[in-house]
Amino acid sequence: MPRIVVDVMPKPEILDPQGKAIVGALPRLGFTSFSSVRQGKRFELTVDGEVTEEILAQARDAAETLLSNPVIEDVVNVEVVEA
Amino acid sequence: MTELPLIGDAPGDAAVASRLAGARIGVVTFPGTLDDRDAARAVRLAGGTAVELWHADTELGDVDAVVIPGGFSYGDYLRAGAIARFAPLMSRIIDAANSDAKLPVLGICNGFQILTESHLLPGSMIKNDHLKFMCRDQVLRVENSNTAWTLDYIAGQEITIPLKNQDGQYIADDKTLDALEAEGRVVFRYVGFNPNGSRRDIAGISNAAGNVVGLMPHPEHAVEVGFGPETVVSRETGIAGSDTDGLGFFTSVLNKIVGGAK
Repeated sequence: MPRIVVDVMPKPEILDPQGKAIVGALPRLGFTSFSSVRQGKRFELTVDGEVTEEILAQARDAAETLLSNPVIEDVVNVEVVEA
Repeated sequence: MTELPLIGDAPGDAAVASRLAGARIGVVTFPGTLDDRDAARAVRLAGGTAVELWHADTELGDVDAVVIPGGFSYGDYLRAGAIARFAPLMSRIIDAANSDAKLPVLGICNGFQILTESHLLPGSMIKNDHLKFMCRDQVLRVENSNTAWTLDYIAGQEITIPLKNQDGQYIADDKTLDALEAEGRVVFRYVGFNPNGSRRDIAGISNAAGNVVGLMPHPEHAVEVGFGPETVVSRETGIAGSDTDGLGFFTSVLNKIVGGAK
């Protein structure tokens, strides 16, 4: 079954409190090379059958209306992944 | 303790009480809503009639105003308020709020988050800057006493009501914030302590018409003597914190509906 992967990230200008907490925890475990972390979301939409242009357009629409909030987030990637 | 209307119950004012009771305030319940019963009780204590509304209803029915109460609709999955925004009843509420009739709508906490997701109010809420859930009695300043929900307050008045949230940090871009300030749409500001990192200490805002108001703290938890934020200190000093500081939200909208608004 093919899947459409949608990646959503907090907008660059928006402080990401969760990412900030993670970057604070990393050095305590010895991971000292990372100066910043931003946490986003990955959605996997499974399609029964072929992914047509129309279905892909629907996925982009869903990504902008439900999966992300354009006030605080950007849809950074929508792509088809074969299972 | 029986529920007595706190306004309109003076001797000889039966007609006023009856007019207030004729005002019907809908209270919406989503899966995961917590404060619907408290909100309905606040409506009744203010003298109005509370009407239960269910998220899956396709008609709004005969209501004069709507409260979207707090809680964790749909478990806050995806984003707080994001899934509730697409409930059938929300479409009716959005239409009624934007119509010429300008249905008064109050969103409290999760209800505020639902209103921003619905684009009835600008901006959004993200996780508290300190990442912790916070519960406290919070002092607010009423910045705008001309909205449907704040008519019974005086501009500049400080009130104390409970605050309890995890995703309470109000954010918007500077252009939006400047416009909100310029148009007097910052309705409430945190006083003394910003509990979540909200931009410009904003606790609540309104739409341009003033019929839609959203705020993070909970007025419905401060409507009854003996059960609000009053402390021994505040009782003795009269500063910061009576038990009924939240009741004015509900009397404001009732007075507006029955035509007694100042």
